[in-house]
Amino acid sequence: METKAFQKIYTKITQITKATCSLKATGIGYEEMAIVHGRLAQVVKIMGEDVTLQIFSGTEGIPTNAEVVFLGRPPVVKVGDELSGRFFDAYGDPIDGRPAIEGEERQIGGPSVNPVRRKQPSEFIPTGIAGIDLNNALVTGQKIPFFADPDQPYNEVMANVALRADADKIILGGMGLTNDDYLYYKNVFENAGALDRIISFVNTTENPPVERILVPDMALTAAEYFAVDKKQKVLVLLTDMTLYADALSIVSNRMDQIPSKDSMPGSLYSDLAKIYEKAVQFPDGGSITIIAVTTLSGGDITHAIPDNTGYITEGQLFLRKDTDIGKVVVDPFRSLSRLKQLVIGTKTRADHPQVMNAAIRLYADAANAKTKQENGFDLTDYDERTLNFAKDYSTKLLAIDVNVEVDQMLETSWDLFGEHFSKVEVGIKQEFVDKHWPNENEVK
Amino acid sequence: MEKINKMTKGTVAGIIANLVFVEVDGPVHQNEICYIDLEGTKLMAEVIKINGSQAYVQVFESTRGLKVNHTVEFTGHMLEVTLGPGILSKNYDGLQNDLDKMDGVFLKRGEHTNPLEDDKKWEFKPLAKAGDILEAGGWLGEVKENWMPHKIMVPFKFEGKYTVKSVTEAGEYTIHDTMAVVTDEKGKDITLNMIQKWPVKLAIKAYKEKPRPFKLLETGVRVIDTLNPIAEGGTGFIPGPFGTGKTVLQHALSKQADADMIIVAACGERANEVVEIFTEFPELDDPRTGRKLMERTTIIANTSNMPVAAREASVYTAMTLAEYYRAMGLKILLLADSTSRWAQALREMSNRMEELPGQDAFPMDLPAIISNFYSRAGFTYLNNGESGSITFIGTVSPAGGNLKEPVTESTKKAARCFYALSQQRADSKRYPAIDALESYSKYAEYPELQDYFRKNIDPDWPEKIALARDILIRSREVSEQINILGDDGVPVEYHNRFWKGEVIDFIICQQDAFDKVDCSASLDRQKYMLNRVLDIYHTEFSFESFDEVGTYFKRVINTMRQMNYAVYETDEYHEREKELNLIIEERKVA
Repeated sequence: METKAFQKIYTKITQITKATCSLKATGIGYEEMAIVHGRLAQVVKIMGEDVTLQIFSGTEGIPTNAEVVFLGRPPVVKVGDELSGRFFDAYGDPIDGRPAIEGEERQIGGPSVNPVRRKQPSEFIPTGIAGIDLNNALVTGQKIPFFADPDQPYNEVMANVALRADADKIILGGMGLTNDDYLYYKNVFENAGALDRIISFVNTTENPPVERILVPDMALTAAEYFAVDKKQKVLVLLTDMTLYADALSIVSNRMDQIPSKDSMPGSLYSDLAKIYEKAVQFPDGGSITIIAVTTLSGGDITHAIPDNTGYITEGQLFLRKDTDIGKVVVDPFRSLSRLKQLVIGTKTRADHPQVMNAAIRLYADAANAKTKQENGFDLTDYDERTLNFAKDYSTKLLAIDVNVEVDQMLETSWDLFGEHFSKVEVGIKQEFVDKHWPNENEVK
Repeated sequence: MEKINKMTKGTVAGIIANLVFVEVDGPVHQNEICYIDLEGTKLMAEVIKINGSQAYVQVFESTRGLKVNHTVEFTGHMLEVTLGPGILSKNYDGLQNDLDKMDGVFLKRGEHTNPLEDDKKWEFKPLAKAGDILEAGGWLGEVKENWMPHKIMVPFKFEGKYTVKSVTEAGEYTIHDTMAVVTDEKGKDITLNMIQKWPVKLAIKAYKEKPRPFKLLETGVRVIDTLNPIAEGGTGFIPGPFGTGKTVLQHALSKQADADMIIVAACGERANEVVEIFTEFPELDDPRTGRKLMERTTIIANTSNMPVAAREASVYTAMTLAEYYRAMGLKILLLADSTSRWAQALREMSNRMEELPGQDAFPMDLPAIISNFYSRAGFTYLNNGESGSITFIGTVSPAGGNLKEPVTESTKKAARCFYALSQQRADSKRYPAIDALESYSKYAEYPELQDYFRKNIDPDWPEKIALARDILIRSREVSEQINILGDDGVPVEYHNRFWKGEVIDFIICQQDAFDKVDCSASLDRQKYMLNRVLDIYHTEFSFESFDEVGTYFKRVINTMRQMNYAVYETDEYHEREKELNLIIEERKVA
């Protein structure tokens, strides 16, 4: 699929909209790339000789006699070891002032993995954050987003998770990142001395929004190169997928498609699934794990973007400001890691699942007690104890600034159980109680 | 396909994503299958609309690189599946390609693989003899497929009556060998092998009658079997917001349900969930036969990243395979996860064709399509007097968790069991998150089924179920009052009532799908437990103050949970039982 030396140049555009332009051309392949007036474009519709192109950076200032050259190939990204440590834009061109890389060209948005060639994910990714490791353990090959309001420190948490996770490559796909956030990531990665295993494809708010559509595919095609060809463990960070979906809706709107829920395109589910399903564990050790950010408006998860995302991803992580302790915590009720069952209790200590559930149940009792308190009712002794437990649990385990090993998280949980509750109240299988119940607090 | 001499050809005239416009040079059928030649790669597509000499086809694969003037060949038939021994234990995609036969890590478009094995020899035993008169679906003989008797039948496409001229004698044969010769009503001889084809969008009707379901299908899930039972040959659906455990529940059903064969259609859902079945089922034992679960399972995997158009096909493919096995007199459980993704695929297509949209941009005929599909399930008496059944349970993923959306509403009209998953229960980790009260089973009200319960479980079973539901309702009402009035604002008796409901919730409704023992409860065990919790309900306890009530019942619940975790009727189980009896005695009013 090399571009040819001699190419036909078209100069008669018949129709221009905000995002697309049309012209008469023949022999054009669907999804083929083109250059219109120096801007990158892609074929989105062919009707006989009429070809409609989507111009990624917008059609502002394009004349009807603009030069149009078809490239004879779908969008590609150059892959190779030289990608490491580099920053690129949505087209795969360097933005770090260094020369373009010499690499093999790969089509982006390629085919999906045959499900029978996948392996069941089974490798635990410890992050040190108990709200994640204890309650929502992550597994290689998983895809999981943070559902967060824009004011929450999701970029900080994600950067932390990325650096602590044991990954061979970290690929950042930034969509509509503010310049400040972009520089934040850059700094954090540089300071951690981890730059050599990090690759970034970034579209900032300064770039045209439609370009964002390319970012996840760029990042994931690069990820597939490392995971399949090099058998590496790759962690892909996608932030912010809400802005990606917004870009999709802009395009579909300009193409006169009938919008479905929340003015999103009817194909939103499939569009998002194509990206998230690139997360995979291969039998030979390579893997792609995707951690994404989906920003919410006012915590509303019924909006089409988080809603469709939730049906695709293997769980979601919620951040919440706990006003009782003045810290941001990982919300144990609304967060969920669907793959945790594959590792907890087997890759971690056997009491992990029961300890996790018991603690969350007691935390839920505390929430009920709190409602009671707010409504002005007297609290029972049990209510008081759950409230005290909740405070300790939030501070010592749920807060995002916690950084300990899983075994320690479990020990801390048992200590809190012993301190605040009787064995019956905790309701864990007898064999674990016999083994782990803290001694001094035997009778309570 | 056999008889048509000249196949219609066409050329590509336009492309929008996977909708392609084709100029044709001859007759085309609605829903006919065609292949688009993309520089040597054959892309499979289905005609979905015809306008003059232009056919609108939906392509089952990516159209990247497709150009105007590429050639198209029509096949003269609709989307068909190939039926014969070898389907069991296979992993197919939505178009019945055998996924294990495909090369490479990535799915290549245009790659079509044989759903059956050409060379494998099957041990054949004749069932019919010369002179027998059979209709479509009539049994000619059988082969052993894994451990199941797989019937070789008169093809479903055959109309009228056929006289058996000869049946091949017992021995080992491949699917292409001649198994029988039959003579039609005009005296023409027809040679039959083990294979036949059937178009997936049409129901196989080779049965005598479809009575109302009258037997229970055991699933091992207490909140279903005890409180909202599904009948063999029945239909049910599980709507729930994401994270409420739809898939975990479906997997539990596929592992434990009392069926001869399980067909799982993973339609537009996560690939890792299918991988879980691939990985675990070959290892897990079927508690009823002691064989591996995979031996009775066939998977149709069209995960969310696989082509959208094939999603629609996948549920039909699965249903057709189920109908084929039902005609052999087997008990089939068909699970589809999720029918909403299928509806979304219909929506994407309808949208590209610029049809006027119905509610939420879904096509207008969505309710009709859904109810038509559900109606293909059912218990049937075959022409030879044997019976077979398809029990169908689909999940629905309502957008935003709102049960008023079109897919849920349409399904509610078609399915007879409704298993509502509640976000609130999921949030408080009360799994399975089926809301026992919101959910219903129409079958529980069928006199046929009530008779079955009285005869096979307990003479008072229907009354006991009704009582258990009443207790749960009362418990919920009281809990609301306690929340409003405060713990000490209500009589102690209210707390008592609340906690007796909690006992049912914790011991009957909740079940640990990840525990080896608790994941599945036999009917016997369910009966014991229901009687036990009802005994507790009927027992009068004395309490001084409300805080004693909660503390006491927590002990009761804890002990009974340990019973649920223990293997039924072992020493450990009886030990816990004794413990429970002692606790009950403590506060029992003599």
